[in-house]
Amino acid sequence: MAEDYKIVLRDVAKAFGQNRVLDGVNLEIERGESMAIIGQSGSGKSVTLKMILGLIRPDRGHILVDGEDVVGLGARALGRVRAKFGMLFQGSALFDSLPIWRNVTFALTEGRMVHSARMRRIAAENLERVGLGSEVLDLKPSELSGGMQKRVALARAIAPRPEIIFFDEPTTGLDPIRADVINDLIVELVEDLGVTALTITHDMASARKIAHRVAMLYQGKIVWRGPRDRLYDSGNPYVDQFVQGRAEGPIR
Amino acid sequence: MIAIFRLIVAFFASIGRLLIGALQGVGRVAVFGGTTVSRAMRPPYYPGRVLEQLMQIGWYSLPVVGMTAIFSGAALAQQTFTAGSRFNATSTVPAIVVLAIVRELGPVLVGLMVAGRVSSAMAAEIGTMRVTEQLDALTTLRTDPYRYLIAPRLIAALIAVPVLVLIANAIGIFGGYFVSVYKLDFNAVGYLQTSRQYLTGTDLQMALAKSAFFGFFIALMGCYHGFRAQGGAAGVGRATTDAVVSAFILILLSNMLITLMAFG
Repeated sequence: MAEDYKIVLRDVAKAFGQNRVLDGVNLEIERGESMAIIGQSGSGKSVTLKMILGLIRPDRGHILVDGEDVVGLGARALGRVRAKFGMLFQGSALFDSLPIWRNVTFALTEGRMVHSARMRRIAAENLERVGLGSEVLDLKPSELSGGMQKRVALARAIAPRPEIIFFDEPTTGLDPIRADVINDLIVELVEDLGVTALTITHDMASARKIAHRVAMLYQGKIVWRGPRDRLYDSGNPYVDQFVQGRAEGPIR
Repeated sequence: MIAIFRLIVAFFASIGRLLIGALQGVGRVAVFGGTTVSRAMRPPYYPGRVLEQLMQIGWYSLPVVGMTAIFSGAALAQQTFTAGSRFNATSTVPAIVVLAIVRELGPVLVGLMVAGRVSSAMAAEIGTMRVTEQLDALTTLRTDPYRYLIAPRLIAALIAVPVLVLIANAIGIFGGYFVSVYKLDFNAVGYLQTSRQYLTGTDLQMALAKSAFFGFFIALMGCYHGFRAQGGAAGVGRATTDAVVSAFILILLSNMLITLMAFG
């Protein structure tokens, strides 16, 4: 039943002009599960996330969050549903004019200037969870390295304690060691906070580490889904070609 | 024959495309402005952000606006004197200077200068936020970008630009006075009395009404083009240019329409 799932996508389609990005996507994500969607760049992974968040409206299909269809909701109802989500953006998307502590507590104050000791403490607590000390509280995002910015973005995403967290290419732009640190952090946070997680990535090591289940998006459809252990012996020609990174195969 | 027919059809089709494109643009701007106004009515409000923008738009524009006004007022006085001396009409200098500045030059020059400073900055800032996904991040952090980013800029521009225009008017009149008294040998007291005599409350109200429109267009164009930016650094550059050019055109067009209606 749909009620057992946290997120359900039913026959979701989206085209930008002549370009059919999604063409009937069906996907169910269970409560407390960590799911990864893999696929080529431009295969519609980001669009899928943005549609679930209500940032982009699908041309067709239904998107259920806790059994409630979010397609066509008004601004206020959408705001209520969005409060369930946290998101880690690919480029971190920190607000560069604000100090780190205000970035982390942004959702809690809805962007209002609240200079309270409590907010700084909450910021420090969340930064500690991602392995950052309180010395970064008053720095600006540009004063941090890419890996540290990613951690701050992670702290910002978990600060309001969302039920669902999206990770958009969490390891892109990081060296393999820093990438693995972020992977470990994500696994730890997902377990500790008991959230439902959806990751989109083309980093196989990351997908295998973060996700319980993996789905592959190709030409606007989910062509394979299965547990992460089956990723390298899926028997699916698309998945095989993708995980082995071969130029020849059914994917052109 | 058929070739000529095709050419004619293609010609009209291209005109149609242009017109439809222009109408779509107007519609999008109207939806954007309407959304901002309706969202700004309901909480949460961001008075801190309005103050921040008042500083950006009002306070930091003062030097450039002051210079524009004093230089233009001074040049205007000299030109009016030179032209007037051909008809023995040099006594009209104070009246022409005060009316030209308050009714036209003050609002328009301030509008253009502030558009150059502010529309571009808004488009660049919001456009960068768009292409680095900071706008999407706002939304996922329970904050409405219309209320948090756009509404404070519109409100601040609506307040700041009229105030800037009043200040520029005073400085511009002073520029004319300065040249007239110290270079063209006008009597200081007489010059001020004539200026005062010709200036009416209606003129000031017109100047304020115009400048409120200009302020609205300045912020609206900056925010709208920034909000729609796409395609990385080049996209932000395009958005900035579009913001300034469209703000300039809207200011000059609305100025002409208001002037023709009010004084026609």
